[in-house]
Amino acid sequence: MAAVRTSSEIGFNRVAIIAVLVVTIIFLAPIYWIASTAFKPRNLATTIPPTVVFQPEISPFVKLFTKRSQMRSPPSPEEYAAAPWWERVVFDGGEKIVRDGKGQVQWSGYPSRFLNSLIIAITSTVLAVGMGTFTAYGFSRFKVKGEADLLFFILSTRMLPPVVVAIPMFLMYRAVGLNDSHVGLIILYTAFNLSFSVWLMKGFMDEIPKEYEEAALVDGYTRMEAFFKIVLPEAATGIAATAVFCFITAWNEYAFALIMTNRRAQTAPPFIPSQVGSGLPDWTVIAAGTFLFLLPVAIFTFLLRNHLLRGMSFGAIRK
Amino acid sequence: MAHIQLKNISKTFGNHTALTGLDLDIADGEFFVLLGETGAGKTTTLRLIAGLEKPSEGQVFIDGVDVADWGAAERDVALVLQQYSLYPRYTVRENLEFPLKPKIRRLPDAEIKDRVDRAARTLRIEHLLDRKTDRLSGGEMQRVSIGRAIVRKPRVFLMDEPLSALDAKLREALRTELKNLQMQLGATFLFVTHDQIEAMSMGDKVGVLNHGRIVQTGTPHEIYNNPRDTYVASFVGSPPMNLIDGRLVNGRAVMAPLNFELPFSGGAKASGATDGRPLVFGVRPEDVYLESGAPVEARVHDVENHGVEKILTLRVGDAMLRATVPARTDVAIEQAVRFAWNPDKVVLFDKGSGVSLRHAG
Repeated sequence: MAAVRTSSEIGFNRVAIIAVLVVTIIFLAPIYWIASTAFKPRNLATTIPPTVVFQPEISPFVKLFTKRSQMRSPPSPEEYAAAPWWERVVFDGGEKIVRDGKGQVQWSGYPSRFLNSLIIAITSTVLAVGMGTFTAYGFSRFKVKGEADLLFFILSTRMLPPVVVAIPMFLMYRAVGLNDSHVGLIILYTAFNLSFSVWLMKGFMDEIPKEYEEAALVDGYTRMEAFFKIVLPEAATGIAATAVFCFITAWNEYAFALIMTNRRAQTAPPFIPSQVGSGLPDWTVIAAGTFLFLLPVAIFTFLLRNHLLRGMSFGAIRK
Repeated sequence: MAHIQLKNISKTFGNHTALTGLDLDIADGEFFVLLGETGAGKTTTLRLIAGLEKPSEGQVFIDGVDVADWGAAERDVALVLQQYSLYPRYTVRENLEFPLKPKIRRLPDAEIKDRVDRAARTLRIEHLLDRKTDRLSGGEMQRVSIGRAIVRKPRVFLMDEPLSALDAKLREALRTELKNLQMQLGATFLFVTHDQIEAMSMGDKVGVLNHGRIVQTGTPHEIYNNPRDTYVASFVGSPPMNLIDGRLVNGRAVMAPLNFELPFSGGAKASGATDGRPLVFGVRPEDVYLESGAPVEARVHDVENHGVEKILTLRVGDAMLRATVPARTDVAIEQAVRFAWNPDKVVLFDKGSGVSLRHAG
C-alpha cells in the first residue's frame, strides 16, 4: 500500500470509478426495464418513447397470479384429489382471491411453476454440489487410477450443446416415465451440473493443505470426521461459489424444461413465454413474471456474496 | 512413552525411492534427531511412524508391537509440523481441545479444560487462548502446535522441522524450551531437521540420513568427532570438517596433490592405514591452528568475524581450508600465514569408499 498517492493515481481512481459506473448501468438497464414494466399499466408498457414516470400498480401481478374461468374450467373433484398439495392450495385460494361476479377467478399456473422451479433447482444444486464435493475430494487427496482420463471424461459431458441430446433424452424419459416429472428434471440438471461442480471443487480442494486432515488423523479422528470437521468448513467458500453457479444454471434452464415438461413439473422459464401466445401479448404480465423469477437468484447471490467474492479470487492468491 | 523400532524399511513412490533398508531404534524417553538434507527421506520416515504412509517393505514396531495395520488414529502419536498444523477457523483453545475430543478417546470436559490450561501454562500461551489462530505470530503458532501435541500425552512426539520457519532468535529460544519440555515429560521425541546445529544441541542421539539410508547413528559427540564417512564429516559441523587427499608415509601425512606434509599421531588407532594407501584426511577447523613456526604456508583467502572467534579460509595451492581461530588473532586477507593441525584429532577416510578407517572393519 502506498501511503502517499500521486495525482496520477487519484486520476486513475476517478477513471476507474466512472468505468465501473458505466458498466453497472449497462448491466442494470434490462433489470430496471423489467422491474419498471412489471408495475406499469398495460397501455403504458409499449409507448414510444418509454414512459418513465407513471403511477405504479399491481395489476400485472394480479393478472399473473390469477386466471378467469373462461380460460380454464375449475378442476373436477377427481382432478382435485389427484393434484399435489400445492396445486390444491392454489385451487382453494383461487376461490377467495378475486371474484368479478360473472365468472370464477382461480390461481394461474404461475405459482405452481415457480414452486416447481424452486424444488427442482434447489434439489439438483444440493445434489450436484454435494456429489461434486465428495468426488473432488477423492480426486484431490487419493491416487485415483487414470485420474486425468476420468476428469477429462467428466468434463466431456459439457463438450456439446445439451440440446443436441434433447430428443434422445426425451424418448428415453418417455420410455421410463420420467417426462413431466420433478425427478426427471432433477436428474437431468444434476448430471449437467455435476461435471462443473467436480472441476470447480477440485480446484478449491487442491488449495486446502492436506496437513490439516493429517493432523486430525493423527489426533485420533477418522478420515470422514476429518473431512466434515476440517475440510468442509475450509471449503465453504468454494462450495458457496459452486452452488451459486449450479443454482443459476438449473434455475435458468429453458430448452430441456420446454421439451421434457408440459404441466405438472413445468418450471417457470418455459411457462413465462407461453403466456405471450394467447391473444395480444400483455408485456406487463410477462415482466411481472420475469421480475419475480429474478428474485431467488438475486437473494441467493446476495446472501452468499462474501463467499462469492473470496471464491472468485481464490485461485489468484498464492500462499 | 514408547520404544520405536523400524526394521528394514523401504518406501518407494512410483519410480522414486525415498527410503532403502532403513533400521532405526529409538529408546523410550530418548530425544532422537533425524538429520538430513532436503529430500533425504526424513519426513517420509516420520510419516511412516505416524501411520500416514505405509512402508513398501519392512516393519514398524511401537513398544514391540508391529503396527502395520494400525491407522494414524490408533497409533497415539503426536505430530508437529513446520506449518499448517493449526486449524485456521478455530481459536487457540479450540485447537488445543481438538486432539482431546475424538470419539475413540474423548475425555470428560473437566479433564479437557484442565489439560488445556496446563499445556497453556507450560508453553506460556494462556493469554492467547481465545485468539483466532490467524492472528498469531509464527512463534506463537508453533507454541500452540506443540501445545496441541502435549495435551494428549501421546506415546511418541514426532516433530517435522518445527522450528525451521521461525527467525533465528526465536528458534534458539524454542530449541531450549523443547529440550526442557522433553526432559520434563520424559517422553520419546523424534525430531526431524536439516539443521545440524539443532541436531547437535538437542539430540540425545542423532541419525544422519542420506538418500534414504541411515549413514550413522550415535550421540552428537560421536557424530561430530568420529564421523562414519566423508558425507557425515562434511554435513555435520559449521564450518564443516576439512577434507584433504593424501597418503601416510612413515607416520607423516603427505598431501597430494597439495604437496605439504604434517605430523600424524593416530597411526595406532587407524587400523589398516597402511603406508601409501590413498586416503582422505579429515580435520575440524578448530583443530587447525596458526603458528609462526608451523610447517605449512598458506594465504588468508577470507576472514569471517563471528565475535568470539574468526573463521579463516586459507588457500593452499588451489585448495581451501577452514580454520577457527580466536577473535583476537590479527590477520588480513592475502596475508601469508603458517598453520599446523592437532595430529590427535585427525580422522582418516578411505579415498575410494569415503568410509572412516575407524568404522571400517
